[in-house]
Amino acid sequence: MNVVVAKTETGRALSDAFAVARGRLPGTGQVADRRRQAFEAYERLGLPHRRIEEWKYTDLRTLMREAFSLAAEPDAAALERAGEAVRSHTIDGVRRLVLVDGVFAPNLSQTDGLGQGLRIRTLQEVLEDADSALQAQLFAPENSDAMVALNSAMATDGVVIEIADGAAPKEPLHVLHIASTATPAAMFTRSLLRLGNNAGVTLVESFVAADGVKAYQVHDSLIVSIGDGSRLDHVRLIEDGRDAFNISSAMVTLGAHAHFNFFNMTSGASVSRYQATIVCAGEGSRVETNGVNLLNGRQHADTTLLLDHAVPNCASREVFRAVVDDRAHSVFQGRIIVRPDAQKTDAKMMTRALLLSDEAEADNKPELEIFADDVTCGHGATTGALDESLLFYLRARGLSEKEAQALLIQAFVGEAIESIANDTLRDLAVSAAQRWLEARA
Amino acid sequence: MALLEIKDLHVRVEDNEILHGLSLTVNEGEVHAIMGPNGSGKSTLSHVIAGKPDYEVTGGQILFNGEDLLAMQPDERAAKGVFLAFQYPVEIPGVATMTFLRTALNAQRKARGESELLTPAFLKKAYEVAARLNVPRDMLKRGVNVGFSGGEKKRNEILQMALFEPSLCILDEMDSGLDIDALRVAADGVNALRSPDRAMVVITHYQRLLNYVVPDFVHVMSKGRVVKSGGKELALELEASGYTQFEDAA
Amino acid sequence: MPAVQETVERVRRIDVDQYRYGFETLIESDKAPKGLSEDTVAFISAKKSEPAWMLEWRLEAYRRWLTMTEPKWARVNYPKIDYQDLYYYSAPKPKKQVTSLDEIDPEILKTYEKLGIPLREAEVLEGVVRKDGEDAPVERRIAVDAVFDSVSVATTFKEELKKAGVIFMPISEAIREHPELVKKYLGSVVPTSDNFFATLNSAVFSDGSFVYVPPGVRCPMELSTYFRINERNTGQFERTLIIADKGSYVSYLEGCTAPQRDENQLHAAVVELVALDDAEIKYSTVQNWYPGNSEGLGGIYNFVTKRGDCRGKNSKISWTQVETGSAITWKYPSCILRGDNSRGEFYSIAISNGFQQVDSGTKMLHLGKNTTSRIISKGIAAGRSQNTYRGLVTAHRKATGARNFTACDSLLIGDKCGAHTVPYVEAKNSSALFEHEATTSKISEDVLFYCTQRGLSQEEAVGLVVNGFVKDVLQQLPMEFAVEAQKLISISLEGSVG
Repeated sequence: MNVVVAKTETGRALSDAFAVARGRLPGTGQVADRRRQAFEAYERLGLPHRRIEEWKYTDLRTLMREAFSLAAEPDAAALERAGEAVRSHTIDGVRRLVLVDGVFAPNLSQTDGLGQGLRIRTLQEVLEDADSALQAQLFAPENSDAMVALNSAMATDGVVIEIADGAAPKEPLHVLHIASTATPAAMFTRSLLRLGNNAGVTLVESFVAADGVKAYQVHDSLIVSIGDGSRLDHVRLIEDGRDAFNISSAMVTLGAHAHFNFFNMTSGASVSRYQATIVCAGEGSRVETNGVNLLNGRQHADTTLLLDHAVPNCASREVFRAVVDDRAHSVFQGRIIVRPDAQKTDAKMMTRALLLSDEAEADNKPELEIFADDVTCGHGATTGALDESLLFYLRARGLSEKEAQALLIQAFVGEAIESIANDTLRDLAVSAAQRWLEARA
Repeated sequence: MALLEIKDLHVRVEDNEILHGLSLTVNEGEVHAIMGPNGSGKSTLSHVIAGKPDYEVTGGQILFNGEDLLAMQPDERAAKGVFLAFQYPVEIPGVATMTFLRTALNAQRKARGESELLTPAFLKKAYEVAARLNVPRDMLKRGVNVGFSGGEKKRNEILQMALFEPSLCILDEMDSGLDIDALRVAADGVNALRSPDRAMVVITHYQRLLNYVVPDFVHVMSKGRVVKSGGKELALELEASGYTQFEDAA
Repeated sequence: MPAVQETVERVRRIDVDQYRYGFETLIESDKAPKGLSEDTVAFISAKKSEPAWMLEWRLEAYRRWLTMTEPKWARVNYPKIDYQDLYYYSAPKPKKQVTSLDEIDPEILKTYEKLGIPLREAEVLEGVVRKDGEDAPVERRIAVDAVFDSVSVATTFKEELKKAGVIFMPISEAIREHPELVKKYLGSVVPTSDNFFATLNSAVFSDGSFVYVPPGVRCPMELSTYFRINERNTGQFERTLIIADKGSYVSYLEGCTAPQRDENQLHAAVVELVALDDAEIKYSTVQNWYPGNSEGLGGIYNFVTKRGDCRGKNSKISWTQVETGSAITWKYPSCILRGDNSRGEFYSIAISNGFQQVDSGTKMLHLGKNTTSRIISKGIAAGRSQNTYRGLVTAHRKATGARNFTACDSLLIGDKCGAHTVPYVEAKNSSALFEHEATTSKISEDVLFYCTQRGLSQEEAVGLVVNGFVKDVLQQLPMEFAVEAQKLISISLEGSVG
């Protein structure tokens, strides 16, 4: 089609950002070529808008009013602020890996005593190395989505984690993204987790802002491969500042009999989108994804999942819960594809939205795309308010309205949170939900 | 001529041979019990007699009134009078039990060259049988087995048995999932259908059922063949000593 | 051979070549010159002796259409349509001015006889007493409007309907005889600019049915239109407009067939329904256009815009469709729930076999207060077909108390077909309560074996299970249609019944 994409101010500003940042982006030769191709793809596609089916409910042309320039490498003051943030977001018993304004911060991270089978490097190191296999994997995502392409072009840093066959580090790895910039800025990060065969690990990612940091934009991506017989437990917490913008993409591939257990909770950021493509590429693999949106004010949060059953005998379970208050807007799009060969697929998806205010909005688009006949697939979606009769029952037992609501909301999101296998992390999610409810009261 | 004659039957599922040379003869009017531990091939036998796909008969034969049963489609076997009461009767949503009964009965009659029963005659017959078996009419209006309890499903199987009047009834683990009261009701239904021109093969893991449906012959299966046959006292012997002795014998 | 495999083989063998309505009627016809231009539009308008305002309306739509592009979002693929290579108007050449049924070309009457559509009122009166199962004998009368290619050839029971105050006539006549009603309502539900195919229809529609039921009247009989495409290379663009005035009720049935041809034919209809306060419209369709042969050659492209407007409070519009035909179906009968307490319903059975592609569903737009809607969709895919349910449920900010229940189930027969579900559920206020559920499954081997063990043949077993699967929807059809639809389902999937 020969249509000139009309560019918005923001779209143009992002184009300029690439030109300015180019010199700072790690990698030469093939890496630089791939960045250029990705950028050209972004230029062609432009900022996603509502006429792009996958972005129907998250129109960046209207939601992303301006594009900030690439964040500067954190200076001493920024690292100082970030250090404060680390202290208030510490999780016990994990190995912390910190990115400040999109750049790895070795002094805030714990990289000593990694032990057998665990290797951690930064994206910068890997791109500047001659490790072409890893580089190919890092740039494997197609440029068909504008925001993924933009991220491929602009990624400045991230962590690259490799876990050898048979290794299972006991400590969860915690990748902590801290925005610490003094002026509005954008961060582009890309990380990779490569899990060998019969290995296992728990990965936590969280996104926070240092004290006093207001507007910033996060563009993150994560590439995961889970080897045969391996298990990855993955928890994400979006607790960005209330003026922040967070667009994150993930591409996850599972080997045979691999197991991926995933939990995402979004309570922060002004506008956020989490888009993931999960491919069951090995027979007998299993996926559980659980998501919670806790939104109020004028927050907009979009979770878009594509679960691709490419081979037979795989199972997937998707659970999504949205609690939407004030004038917030929650979006869930879940698409399940069952390819012609993927017989005996067992795929289920359930999405529920709870609207707490008359002006709240929840859009659900659960999709099934099935090309194999011997499958059990289904989805369900409900939208509604809190059950009046339950509220009344609790009120009659002496709870205040807010308390009664809080109890019911906790139960509502509980089903998704319960899936977290690690006790510490589950408690973390529970208390994050509690904090949100208390702030409401 | 025997009603059912199984000679040296070998059956395979995918790559595993389940039955290795099983033989069994059943005459009209007889009630045979087939007992054996899990995995001895009891259910396979019932499925092969009824013609369930996915089983490969690699040797031997099954004669029914002298005819080669293995050459027939499952529906032809049904029309000839072979009835399998399933261990796990399936649910068929949207298809009212009455509709199902009428369609099946008339399909069988048609295959036998008999006239189809008109609706009033069918209704009369179905309600009569249902009343005899204490099956409430409400159950007949619901989808086939949809939302039925374990006991109701088994009663529905016996209702069909009574309505279709087969000459050979195979009861596959009729007692599974039933409490003692439900079992008694089901057994009463079965006993009422015993007659000189009808044979029954009762497949069960436990002796318990045989207190209610008393067999003329008992066969013990182990590892895909009949390892011992005897009268009803054999069942009691098994109850006392268990299957272990036969597993070694096989 | 496993049972399902066998069923699949059988379904594959039955080709869609056994299409029962594939015969051609040899009659002379009167056609517009090939291609589309302002002249074509003017030709059609002149043929219908239309007033000037109608021509202007058409031309406006035509000019609008020139600026539009074909929608691409549906999951259907077809070669580019050359809109200049089609005839936009074809009418059976009248022997002379037709004033009674006896003067209609006997070939056309024969066609409708073959199709089982009674056009002679006497026959209808004598012929429809039927016994069915245990039910008491019923006597039903149906008024029929028969549309052959581009024109209506006969409308029955006109006089009797007139006594009740019901207007039921070809829309071409209504434009001349009831311009005030047509002007008021035509394009008020589906605007001329609505979408590519609807706009095309607005420019070139040639005939269709018009119904007006006056306040408080319960239409004394079912109204029915039977559409038949006969002519080669001819598009059929019918337009139906039904208005149920305050407190009235009407049930309307629509059936469609076409001859078997190797080339594809275009059918782009528009149906508009308007229900005023306390009125109810029940609209049923059995769509059995020629689906193409077993190689995927030929068949109708069915691009249809159907929309109902629950304009008045407490009004109700119910769509029921059985879609078995067409090479491509692109159709979303929808309800705009504007009036407070209004209700919309959509019951659908969509069966695809051979190389058919179906992308169908509904939109329920909740605008008024305490509006309710219900969607039951059953998709069955066999052969190499692709069957998509696409639906939108939305509650606007002011639509307090909106309720929707949606269930869409898909059944796959064979491993070369696809079944897809694309629902959009949008709630913009907290008092909306939406429930949606969807399942995809195949006919289980265990169920087939259970049925065959009880003496049913494979085909009968499949038929039984499929009928159970679609039962909720079949029950919504008027009885005559339900019987026909049930047969049609069996034929579409098995080829042995009937």
